[in-house]
Amino acid sequence: MSLTDLLYQIFGNQPWVDLIASVISIFTISTFLLLIVIFLIWLERKVIARMQDRIGPNRVGGRYGALQTVADVLKLLTKEQITPSGADYLIYNVAPILTVMAALLVWAVMPFAPGLIGVDLNVGIFYILSVSSVSVVTVLLAGWGSNNKYALLGGFRAVAQLVSYEVPMILALLVPIILARTMSTVGIIEAQSIPYLFMVPLAAVIFFISALAETGRTPFDLLEADSEIVAGFHIEYSGMKFGMFFLAEFIGTLFMSGLFAVVFMGGWNVPIINLILTFFGAQPVNFAEMGVLGTIIGLGVFFFKMFFVYMIFIWIRGTWPRVRVDQILNFNWKLLVPITLVMILVVAVLDKLIPPGTNELVRASLHLASNILIVFVTLEILRRNGRRRRMQAVQAGTELEEIETGAHDIAEAAHAH
Amino acid sequence: MFAEWQYIILFVALAPIFPLAPVVVNRLLGPHRPNPIKQQTYECGIETVGDTWVQFKVQYYIFALVFVIFDVEAVFLFPIAAAYGQLGLFAIFEVALFVILLAVGLGYAWSRGVLEWV
Repeated sequence: MSLTDLLYQIFGNQPWVDLIASVISIFTISTFLLLIVIFLIWLERKVIARMQDRIGPNRVGGRYGALQTVADVLKLLTKEQITPSGADYLIYNVAPILTVMAALLVWAVMPFAPGLIGVDLNVGIFYILSVSSVSVVTVLLAGWGSNNKYALLGGFRAVAQLVSYEVPMILALLVPIILARTMSTVGIIEAQSIPYLFMVPLAAVIFFISALAETGRTPFDLLEADSEIVAGFHIEYSGMKFGMFFLAEFIGTLFMSGLFAVVFMGGWNVPIINLILTFFGAQPVNFAEMGVLGTIIGLGVFFFKMFFVYMIFIWIRGTWPRVRVDQILNFNWKLLVPITLVMILVVAVLDKLIPPGTNELVRASLHLASNILIVFVTLEILRRNGRRRRMQAVQAGTELEEIETGAHDIAEAAHAH
Repeated sequence: MFAEWQYIILFVALAPIFPLAPVVVNRLLGPHRPNPIKQQTYECGIETVGDTWVQFKVQYYIFALVFVIFDVEAVFLFPIAAAYGQLGLFAIFEVALFVILLAVGLGYAWSRGVLEWV
């Protein structure tokens, strides 16, 4: 039973009941997100510290430094907000507000548990993509409005990087939509009797990589590269206005983990356990039919999956170095985009050739086989390409190392101009 | 249908509250003593040289342009993907032709060296 039904029972069939229920749900989702960021920052600092053989926060709030972020937030709240004299006042102040708005709005269609979703739009994924692309604009607004050269560089890098990686992300999300035949997030969860992670792993990996780039995290943290452009687009921000960019980044990362869990891992459902249960002749579990208990378990399952993906995000941040800007764009346009286009064509044609009513396991194995084939062919092309370039280099008498680091390409290009 | 979008409209209307609240609290709690030195552009200690809002490297715009093409492609592909169940094999081949045409465009941009970072 949803909250709306409960309110209808108490207050009768009043027109404002719907409105009240919506407002309560919006405030619950948003407050939850603002508060969980405090936990996320602590988690990230602690986990990365442990990965790098440090201790991490351990003073404020007991042995584990659990209140460190709370103290940080309090400190930010008492700092002065400086607006640089050269900044574009309106743009400069609107950007941090807009970026958090965009980060919050996408959660409207995130299915937490059966019955526990803001609103199940029939164009859910499309809505997510359209709202999340606003965050690109906010980064550019902040970079441009600050009237600072570092900030502007960060803003322009954001245009090149975020905009480029949106292409493989959108195209990779098309694959689950084709397989589920719906854009609704709930519909995609219910369509997954086998998690799409095992059905089309290539799409999942491509989505994950572009999600890393879209949220601007290591190894794609070019837009705020501390060692190059200090903090990039939010260099001029102080106090809570700076905090808003931080907030949006963490909410965005958590959202990408949640979206991955929903689209590729079956969200609140437990498809793998259900497969095993049906194999042994038992009834598969369906949390949607179990009332309040199902909602609680479903919420637990979803959170487990979401934080599992989130931990991988942290793991990558703790271990990988930053990639250079031309390498980032080359990787996107010359590898990810072509491979995603091929994958979409293969999935679209293959799924049409499989007659409807085929066993789901057969369908999944066919898709898996096609994915493995695509990866194999790509690797083979890359291998031959690499070998050809090495041969050319040997003939030209160039140093091998120069080729590997790309220094040769740059020198050649500079020569050509 | 409208009831669903009512929620989104309401969310858009209420969403500014959440970022505005901390910023306003910060404004109330924090000091506010601006002076010309403090409000200078943060760069390296000396005054910034030249204008920031200049014409910038064209490279970035080319990537943005290539992106626009693919974004429009995605807009066309999403309805097709959602209606996939009702489409015949022939329609799928038509879609494939559409995707291949754009892939050829990408290949052209690639061969012209647009994708090189110079």
